[in-house]
Formats: sequence, C-alpha cells, structure tokens
Amino acid sequence: MKTHNNFDDQFVFEGRAKTWSLIAIVIGVISIIAGLFFNADREFSNLLLMAYYLTCVCCAGAVFCAIQYAAQAGWSASMIRIPQAFAKIIPYASLILLIVIAAGIHFTHNVIVNDRVVAQPYLYAQWATAGMSDVHSPNYDSTVAGKAGFLNIPFFFIRLIVFLGLYSLLAGMLVRYSENEDEIGGMVNYKKSFNIACVFLLVFGMTDPVFGFDAIMSLEARWYSTMFGWYNLAALWVSGLAVITLTIILLREKGYFSWLNENHMHNMGLFMFAFSIFWTYIWFAQFLLNYYANLPEEVVYFYKRWEPEFKPWFWLNIVINFMAPFLIIMSRDAKRKTKVLKVVCIILILGHWLDYYVMIMPETVGPNGRGFSYEEVGTFIGFAGLFAYMVSTALSKFKSLVPKNHPFLEESLHHHV
Amino acid sequence: MSSTKFILGLFEDPDEMMDGITALQQNSVPIYDVYTPMPIHGIEAKLGIKDSRLGYAAFMFGCLGGTVIFSIIYFAMVHDWPMNIGGKPAFAVPDFIPITFEWTVLYTALGTTATFFFATHLFPGRTPRVMDYRATNDRFVIAIDVKKNNIPHEDINNLLKEAGAVEVKHNDRKYVSYE
Repeated sequence: MKTHNNFDDQFVFEGRAKTWSLIAIVIGVISIIAGLFFNADREFSNLLLMAYYLTCVCCAGAVFCAIQYAAQAGWSASMIRIPQAFAKIIPYASLILLIVIAAGIHFTHNVIVNDRVVAQPYLYAQWATAGMSDVHSPNYDSTVAGKAGFLNIPFFFIRLIVFLGLYSLLAGMLVRYSENEDEIGGMVNYKKSFNIACVFLLVFGMTDPVFGFDAIMSLEARWYSTMFGWYNLAALWVSGLAVITLTIILLREKGYFSWLNENHMHNMGLFMFAFSIFWTYIWFAQFLLNYYANLPEEVVYFYKRWEPEFKPWFWLNIVINFMAPFLIIMSRDAKRKTKVLKVVCIILILGHWLDYYVMIMPETVGPNGRGFSYEEVGTFIGFAGLFAYMVSTALSKFKSLVPKNHPFLEESLHHHV
Repeated sequence: MSSTKFILGLFEDPDEMMDGITALQQNSVPIYDVYTPMPIHGIEAKLGIKDSRLGYAAFMFGCLGGTVIFSIIYFAMVHDWPMNIGGKPAFAVPDFIPITFEWTVLYTALGTTATFFFATHLFPGRTPRVMDYRATNDRFVIAIDVKKNNIPHEDINNLLKEAGAVEVKHNDRKYVSYE
C-alpha cells in the first residue's frame, strides 16, 4: 500500500488540456455566432440547453460535496477537491444561464400564429410573449393569464437570481471552509462545513424543482407535471456524477490523484448505477400516470414527443440512459474497471444531453425546426470546452489536491469495498 | 494413525488469529476455514476466498419472477379475456411494468434468501454446521483438515500456540453440532 503520497501536489493547467479546451471554446463561439446568424431560433434552444446543463453539472458538484459532509462520509475525502472545483464555478455558469435566458426573452422574431404575425421571444414564447395575460390583446390566452401571478417576467428573474445566488453563495462557503481547514487544521471548519452542507441541501432540495419548473417546464407553459422537478433533479444528479467520474478518470490518466484506486471508482460506479435507475423510475412514473389517465391537458407533452421527428429520440433517451448503465455496470467487476466506467460516463453525459434535448426542442422549435447539425454539436463542444477550462482553472487554484486536514482523510486513503 | 480429523486453534484476539493464519501459510499448512464472531477486514483476500456467487442466483430469480408475472398478465389481459380499460389497447405494456417490477423484486428477495439459507445450511429444520460453539461468542477459530495432509500434528500445535492460540483442540468429528 502506498503511504508516501505527495499531498502538496498542485494541479497545473497547461499543455494539451489547455490547448484543446481553448480550441473547443473557439469552435463553440464560431458555431454559436453562425447559428445565431442563420438559425437563431434553434441556436437559442441549444444555448438554453447547454447553459442549463452546465449550471446543473456545477450544482451537482456542490450537492456531492454537501452530501459527503452532511453524511460525514469518509471515503470521498481525498477526491472532494474535484466536486469542489465544480462548486466554485457555479457563479459563472449561473451568469451564462441568466444571460442566455434574458437574451432569449428580450429578442423577438415574427411567427405566424393562427394567420396572424406575432412577435414572439426566442425562449419562453408560450408565456413571455407580450400581451398574453392582457384581455384586450389579440395574444390573450386565458390559461397562461391564470398562471401570470407566478409566470411573469420580473418574478421569473427574481426567482432565478435568488436560487442561483443562493447556490453560488452556499457552495462557495462550503469550498472556503475546506480551504481554511488546510491552513489552520482542527475540527472547527469541518463542523462549519457540516452545518452549511445541511443548509445547502435543504435550500437546494426545496428550490431545485422550482428551478426546473422555471427554466425548462415553463417552455410548455400550459402543461404541468409535479414530477418534473424531481425528473430534472435526477437528470442533474446522474449527469453530474458522470462528469465527476470522468474528470477523476482523466486526471488519473494524467498522473494526478494517484491515491484514488478502483475502490473509489467502484463507489462512483455505484452512484451512477443507482441514480440511473432512480432517473428511470421518475421518468417512468411521469410517463405512466399521463399515459394511463390520458387527460388531454396532460398528454399534450408526450403527444408532442410522439411526432415522427421526435419519437426515435424519445425512445433512444430511455434506452441509453437506462439500459446502458443497467446492463454495463451492474456487476461488481465492471464498476472496478476504469475503461468500462469511462465508456459509461461518456454514454451518460451524451445521454443526458439527449434527455434535455427531448425536454426542450419540441417546445421551442417544434417538429419542423428540429435538427441535428453544427448548432447542436458546436454548442455542445463549446460548452464542454468552457466547462473543462473553468474547472481546470478552479482546480489549479487549490493549494493542494487533498484537503490535508480533513478528519477522514486516512479513512479515504485506505478505502476498501 | 490418530483418529483426529480436525485441529482447531482458538484465539482470543483477531490480530493474533491473523498472525496464526500468516504462520500457517508460511509453513504451507492448508487452512480448511476460519470462523469468527465478527467480520474481519481483509480476511477473504488473505485466505483467497472467491467472491460469493449469490448475485447470480439473485439475477436468475429476478428474471424468473419478471417472466412469470409477465406471462400471467399476458395470458389474462391480452390472450384469454381482453378488456377495454380507458380505451387502451389490450397489450398496454406500460401498465404491465409496475407489477412486473414488483414480482421481479419479490422473487429476487425470496429466492436470494432461500439460496443463502440452502447454501449455508441455515435452512429451517436443518442442523447448522458448527465446528466450535464459541466461534459465535468470543473465540476466533482456525480449522485445519489434518486428514488432507501429512504434517505432524505437533508442528501445527506449536505454530498455533506460538501465534497466541489460547487453546488447541483435536477433534475426531468435523461438526460438533451433529449428534
């Protein structure tokens, strides 16, 4: 057993990793500009998709840290810096999401609705179009008007800013306590981390479903599902775990985190396996109730995804996000093989991109505007590069890659399952 | 030839028992099994015990349960007596999934428990196989099958005593629980 780990090791962000993430950002910027120029409608949907995905993955890092601290878990102490780096960039990701949403609501394009030209915003057109809750306006919609007390532009932005601000603040505190712990040692900071982790989990658990309702479900303003918030939370958590695991694997390939072994990977594999099943459970619960009751105002969501343009993607979503992890990493041996886990992580990351795609596209661009081309691929690459760049920068700012004075560090180094 | 079938080394302390295992292994004395009142970390790897295959049994029982109930529903709801429920087609697969899931879980739970009891001789009505009663109380027991090798019994005694065994038993019977 290795006992001489160099904990003062710092992550250095340079070389190929930096070059490639910058190239990815450039590809992203070019395709976003081209997309906005030629096909703004679809590009805005893609921007919303990726900005939401990015924010969710960063929040999942903070949730991971908070769960480990609240549960007083020991096994993860030596890898907690990676989700902490995710948590650190929540403010930037939130800012990008807010800019995308604000631009999507601010800029309008003319759409023909019932033989009439309507200036609709690019995003949230179903409730943010001017005059929808005004009885005298030709755009009046009584269903949307009934929801206007909640779904109006100022309150919508207040909610988003408060939620994302709270996540940024609490996650930032969690990271700061851990950094202070490195400097002064003792149990004070660990106890503070425990308290703030509990507060964060409470706040996040209460507000994240509403965040999901706002950012994604309100695209289809006439439809509602009480499962939707949990469905988004499950997607957030699975995709976040897949990104954390992939980050660990890539960093280990570069020679960092040499103390993490197949036992830690096994735990991450268990997490991904378990929460993929959870995601499927929520997905199916939402689907079954709508299918069984067959109420027109409920099934409209699935009706849209039943169009021939979306149906294959709708089913592919459940296949790759459920069958792939279920069949590939069910056995103990598979969870302990880095190569297998890496493939599953990539499948899940792409799978949950598709999950968000199926949530967003039918509402914004519809069957006729749907497509899969440089807008989708370029935006994904750009945001992936941005994420890699921001996380690597955040990680390189940590003075050590291990919380040196974490009370459970020894337990984590000798973790065995 | 003595009538001794098994030599049992009884230890008070798990660390001393681990030393005993090391001493026996270094002297090429094959260990039949080790009985401890509590789980000991890393002992499976030290003794070279293979992973349990109970998971395969669980998987098989799960597949069996899912198949059985799906067949029953298919026969009842689709083949034998199709009914119009909410305008759905008779073969409405999403509706069948919850009960299929439940039976899969039920069969897995019951089947795995039964397999475990069967494999470990704990099935109700069977006499449990116990080599030393105090192994469930306060003694850590190493068992050596002396009929399988020709190592002098005195040498095994000494190895166990040196490692810290508080008592060494020479048993003529394998299981003391069998009358």
